[in-house]
Parts: sequence; C-alpha cells; structure tokens
Amino acid sequence: MAIFDDELKALRERVLKLGFMVENAIRDSVKALIDRDSDLAREVIKRDHLINALDVGIDEECVRLIALRQPMARDLRFITTTMKITTDLERMGDLAVNIAERAIELNNEPQLKPFVNIPKMAEITQSMVRDALDSFVTGCSRLPYEVIKRDDEVDELTVRNFEELLSFMIQDPKIIALAVKRTYIAKYLERIADHATNIAEMIIYMCKGKMIRHTEISEEMQTP
Amino acid sequence: MVEKKHIFEIKDFSIYYGAFMAVKTITLNIEANRITAIIGPSGCGKSTLLRSLNRMNDLIVTSRVEGQMLFQGVDIYDKDTDVIELRRRVGMVFQKPNPFPSSVYENVAYGPKIRGVKKKSHLDEIVENALVRADLWKEVKDKLNDSGLSLSGGQMQRLCIARSLAQEPEVILFDEPTSALDPISTANIENLLQELQKTVTIVIVTHNMQQAARISSYTAFMYLGELIEFGDTDTIFVNPQNKLTEEYITGRFG
Repeated sequence: MAIFDDELKALRERVLKLGFMVENAIRDSVKALIDRDSDLAREVIKRDHLINALDVGIDEECVRLIALRQPMARDLRFITTTMKITTDLERMGDLAVNIAERAIELNNEPQLKPFVNIPKMAEITQSMVRDALDSFVTGCSRLPYEVIKRDDEVDELTVRNFEELLSFMIQDPKIIALAVKRTYIAKYLERIADHATNIAEMIIYMCKGKMIRHTEISEEMQTP
Repeated sequence: MVEKKHIFEIKDFSIYYGAFMAVKTITLNIEANRITAIIGPSGCGKSTLLRSLNRMNDLIVTSRVEGQMLFQGVDIYDKDTDVIELRRRVGMVFQKPNPFPSSVYENVAYGPKIRGVKKKSHLDEIVENALVRADLWKEVKDKLNDSGLSLSGGQMQRLCIARSLAQEPEVILFDEPTSALDPISTANIENLLQELQKTVTIVIVTHNMQQAARISSYTAFMYLGELIEFGDTDTIFVNPQNKLTEEYITGRFG
C-alpha cells in the first residue's frame, strides 16, 4: 500500500496547488479592481488556463486511482471529495476571471464611489476559501462548519451592496451601467463563497461519511 | 417498513477447538433472502463460523460450541437436531469444485435419490430444474451422462451449486466459491448468486473484498475470532465505523 499512500499524498498536494492558484486569482482580481490595476487584471485572465489544466489533470488522476487501486472507505471518500472540490475550485477561478474582466471595464471609467462592501465581501470570501482548503489538509475539525456559517455574512453583504447601489442608480440613472457592473462583482464574490461552502460540506462528508448538503446543520452535526 | 426475517439468530456464540477459542461470543442475525458476506484475514474464524451454520464443525472431534445458534427459531445444537436434515436445509459449496466422480446427471440426482425419490421422470424434473437454476442447463443438457469432472472449473462449481439446489435448501453456505476460478467464471457465479438470493438465503466467506462489495447486502468483518463490525455492505465499504475494519478494507492492515 506504500505506493497508493504516495499517490494519495501527491494528489492532495496537487489539490493544494490548485487551491493556491485559485486563491491568488481571487486576491489579484479584487486587487486589480480596488487599485484600478488593469495589467494585474489581464494577468489573472491570462493565468486561468493553468487552473483549468490542473483541474483536468486532477480529475484524470482520480479516475486512474479508482480504476487501478479500487479505493475503499476513507480513501474512496477522499478521492470522490477531491473530484468534487476541484470542480468548485475551477469555477472559482472562472469567477475571478469575471471579476478581472469587470475590473478592466470599470477601470476605463471614472471611479463611481469608494469601495466599501466589496472589500469586506472579498475579505470574508477569501478567508472562507483559505479555511476550506486548510480543513482539506487538517481533516476533521470545526473549521468547515465555521466556513459554512460565514456564508451568511457574504449573502447579507451582497444584499446590502445591491440596495446601496440601487439608491445611487435611482438618484442618477447615468451611472446605471457602472453600478450594475459593481453588483455583478458582488454576485461573483457571493458565488465564490458558495463554492467555498460546497467544499466545506464535502470536507465534512470526507471526515464523517455524511452528506450535509441541502440540510440545516444542526448543533449535533457541528460536533467534530 | 417490511419487517426483516432473520433466518439465523446467533447469540453469544463461541466455537472452541480444544482449548483454542476460534470464534468469540458472536452475536449476529442473518437476514433471509439476502447475501451476507463474511470477510477478514486468514485465521480470523470466518470459515469456522460459516461451517457452524450447518454443523460441519461436528466433523472435527475436538470442537465444541457455546451460546445459541437458532435456525428458523430452533437451536441447531440441540441434542435432538437431525443433522442430516439440517445439512439438506442448509447446503454448502466449497472453494474447490468437488463434483462426485460420476455423471453430471448422477451428481445432481444423488441427493434426491438418497431422500427416496425413485421415479425416473420425477428425478429428471429435479435434475433439470436444479441445473436451470444453477444456470448450467444450456451448457450440459446434451452431455448429462458425461463425467462431472470433465466440465470446466466454472461449470463444475455450478454443478456443485445445482447438486445443492436439488436438495431444495433454504440456505446455501459458500466458502470462497470463486477463488479457484477465472474472472469470467467468477462473474457468472456472482450473477448466479444474485439471482439465487430471491429463493435461497446465501452466506459467503470471501477473501475478495470487491466480491463482498459487489454482491452482498450485509457484510461482517471478523478479526482474531471476534466480530468487529457488521452492517449494510454500503456502510462497511463507504463509511465503516470501526478503525480495524477501515484498516482492513483499505489494505493498511497490520
């Protein structure tokens, strides 16, 4: 089993590498927006194919391990979790590209107003992604539950951001095009947080063998 | 919910070979019309437990048992038990196909003849029926008088299953029935077992964990004579509750 253990370790490292690349993409896309740095935004867009390639490579490796090693129990749960969370990570990468694209468009126009909600959302979302990936390594702890809880904060900020921008748009219809792009960005961040939540839910499955998606997490379930 | 019917109820059951305790106070129920697999490393007591279900262990003089083993609600270790009749109702198929050195027909007709079936037409019917149920009829119907030993390994094993089915058993015990067979013959036997469970309860000991995962509804994991974990096969292979089970089925044992 030594070979299989090495293969699983290598697979875990590839997932973490993918996670690292996605975290960078999210961070840089938000930075490109706040700092009005379109070069950085283009950089994020250019790097996305690396994320896609790694996602495909990981999926292929999972299929190979299922075929050749016939994993059972925790190995099986680890590999199925890996297959699912790399899809979430790859989608996060796409959303970072979307943020970068909107950033380039917004950077070509005068600044509407200082960013308030979006940096807050970005901060929480990034912490969710980081903690979801950490819990993939550390395994069974309270961390994935914390990630799931934080998703509500992001949802609230998305609504608040929309309401604020809406009042701006009502006052001055000329800014609608710009304001709508800002609501898009909030939506992208909100979607990233949703993907982080999916990852956290899969980590809980990996640890406990219970699918908690689409259920309310009860207090009992929160005991690691 | 339909209530589960337990054909065997095993309670605090132990088996000794002399002073050696081979099976240690096991409690376990076997559900009717299901396949129950027993897995575990060599020497864990799984074959001993299997053989105790139709008292094959009686053949080992130093063996004795403690506890309760109810078959259809009756303790089979009661002194009044008709062991011959028990073994008719609880048949057995072994690792190595072991047809009698006689014709295909005689292999299957042997049991019914001993039971007193004399009429040729009745015997013909029993033989055909058993061979059909064992999924062998099509292959041997034109060579019923050939020696059972002239068949291929997979066919011989199905002949042994037919021989057992001719006795109209309620349960058939399988002790590693495919470990001497190639993958195609193994798949045939596995398909056959899946079909047979509709009419016969099956208990199978196997070293092939994938086989247990593929065909059984319930899996028991034994180690050093103890029943470590018993449950739905799905649970055992996806999310076992016991650390030893997990280590064994993921191949990290010992």
